[in-house]
Amino acid sequence: MTAAVRPAWDEAPTRLGRAVKAVVVGVVLLAVLFPLWVVVLTSVSPSTAITEAGGLVVVPDGFTLGAYAELLSGGTVTRSVLVSTGITVVGTLFSVVVTLLAAYGLSRPGSFAHRPLLFVVLLTFLFGPGLIPTYLLVQSLGLLDTYAALVLPGAVAAFNLVVLRSFFMNIPQDLVDSARIDGAGDFRVLTRIVLPLSKGVTAVIALFYAVGYWNAFFNAFLYLNSTDKWPLQLVLRAYVLQGQPIPGASPADSTLDGTGGLVATLAVKMAVVVIAVVPVLLVYPFVQKHFTKGVIVGAIKG
Amino acid sequence: MPGADLLERPAVSAGRPASPPRRAAWARRLRRDWALLVMVAPAVVLLAVFHYVPLFGNAVAFQDYSPYVGIAGSQWVGFSNFARIVGDPAFWDATANTLTITAFQLVFYFPVPIGLALLVHSLLSPRLRMFVQSVVYLPHFFSWVLVITLFQQMLGGAGVLNQFLRSHGFSPVDVMTDPDLFLVLVTAQSVWKDAGWGAIVFLAALSTVDTSLYEAAAVDGAGRWRRMWHVTLPALIPVIVLLLILRLGEALTVGFEQFLLQRDAVGAATAEVLDTYVYFTGVVNSDFSYAAAAGLVKGLVGLALVLAANKVAHLVGEQGVYSR
Repeated sequence: MTAAVRPAWDEAPTRLGRAVKAVVVGVVLLAVLFPLWVVVLTSVSPSTAITEAGGLVVVPDGFTLGAYAELLSGGTVTRSVLVSTGITVVGTLFSVVVTLLAAYGLSRPGSFAHRPLLFVVLLTFLFGPGLIPTYLLVQSLGLLDTYAALVLPGAVAAFNLVVLRSFFMNIPQDLVDSARIDGAGDFRVLTRIVLPLSKGVTAVIALFYAVGYWNAFFNAFLYLNSTDKWPLQLVLRAYVLQGQPIPGASPADSTLDGTGGLVATLAVKMAVVVIAVVPVLLVYPFVQKHFTKGVIVGAIKG
Repeated sequence: MPGADLLERPAVSAGRPASPPRRAAWARRLRRDWALLVMVAPAVVLLAVFHYVPLFGNAVAFQDYSPYVGIAGSQWVGFSNFARIVGDPAFWDATANTLTITAFQLVFYFPVPIGLALLVHSLLSPRLRMFVQSVVYLPHFFSWVLVITLFQQMLGGAGVLNQFLRSHGFSPVDVMTDPDLFLVLVTAQSVWKDAGWGAIVFLAALSTVDTSLYEAAAVDGAGRWRRMWHVTLPALIPVIVLLLILRLGEALTVGFEQFLLQRDAVGAATAEVLDTYVYFTGVVNSDFSYAAAAGLVKGLVGLALVLAANKVAHLVGEQGVYSR
């Protein structure tokens, strides 16, 4: 890593200025990381530590994965994790493929009808279809209480499509031309030339979609009636935010120790929170480096 | 068959020789570009079905919609649903709440990403900079349920803050359920979740500033603050103006989940915004026509605001969400 060099014209900061900046940066980092620290720590703390702390654990004291073992050994939370994972994988694949195809299809200058089609896409930026009509449509298509209702209505995000398209348009035309001279059709150009050059942007777009599906709350809340179909975010709301008892977990809680279910439940609740965060944290570092490159270019060019 | 026909496309924009009859050209371009059309089709169909078709569903706003007979069988009632809205205090309360929240966030949320971008930009060490950026972007990828849960665990009745207060002999405060603190709370949540992400645009603008400008300013004797005022700020102003205008265009939209999730805790009087109002009257109380009318009013005013905001953006020389 190259060492930071202060340009000659920039005077060194005063001691006070340096201190103030350090404090502000520290506070900002702490504001984001502290809640995560507390939640993760509480989820892996034994119930004695939780009792001692009188609630959430801030200082580590003991370690157990009991809460996770309990949550992931079947029951509501396990099922919702599987549901969320399924929706995320299937939805992301579907969305990315559809978006990539359309972005490429609209990125060739002078192609047939690309202007009106692009207009159809761009116009969706300006207005939403409205909650009630969308709900009635989903209802009349018979999608209520199906997982398809969580994927199809938001499968294509115009923003992602436009970002990808403007990236594709910046790929040197010569490359595409030479592939064409070699007899490649549009599908082959997309898979052999354009996609390999667009891995970064595609990864970012995939992350956006995946995060959207993993975090999906409102569609599920709106369209899924049966609790056994709930994805993780709905479970998180019911059992952690609203404090309803967790059906699959509560009997075991009381058997954990003599201090009562309440304390152990806190570890279990925080474990649900952690389960909701972990996939994001796992994927994030791999994609994060592409943010500035991919997103800003697309976002600013629109 | 692939050869010449396909190769022709790049040349199209460069002007073609003697143009064949229009229809023949169409047919040829269609034959040449069929693969592209096939690629675009799934996305366009999805957008058509889930974005354009529901627009017609807004017809229920002019009906006394009954789920049993559908749109085709329901009574047409003209504008009576809209007349009801005008005389409905709950609708105006929701509107007032929405506008209050927008105004409050404009003052207390909007400057934060700018400050954050300036802070990150001023960090000299690339490693520290990368780390701070990674950390502040992160909450953007958390769901609202998660963000509110984390806030509840920190500031709620049984949260870390109150644990601390109690153990030090102070009386606890439950920030999460206090209607008087709700405005501050939701703004703090928005800042926590999205200020870092919002800083990206400003960082991009900062990275385009020509460093020789700083150098020249320094040579002319401008100190740190003068350089920020005369070099950095002017570089940010176009972005600030653009985002400000865009935000004003969305004055009636403050986000759905954040308010839906906290409505129970603080009560509808403070937490009911237009979006949640439409949801509760429509889906929960099955008053579809009335809710659709309310949604339509919100949508149309919103559209007008976006268009007006764009107009203003063009007038001040910015690009807006779409170009002319």
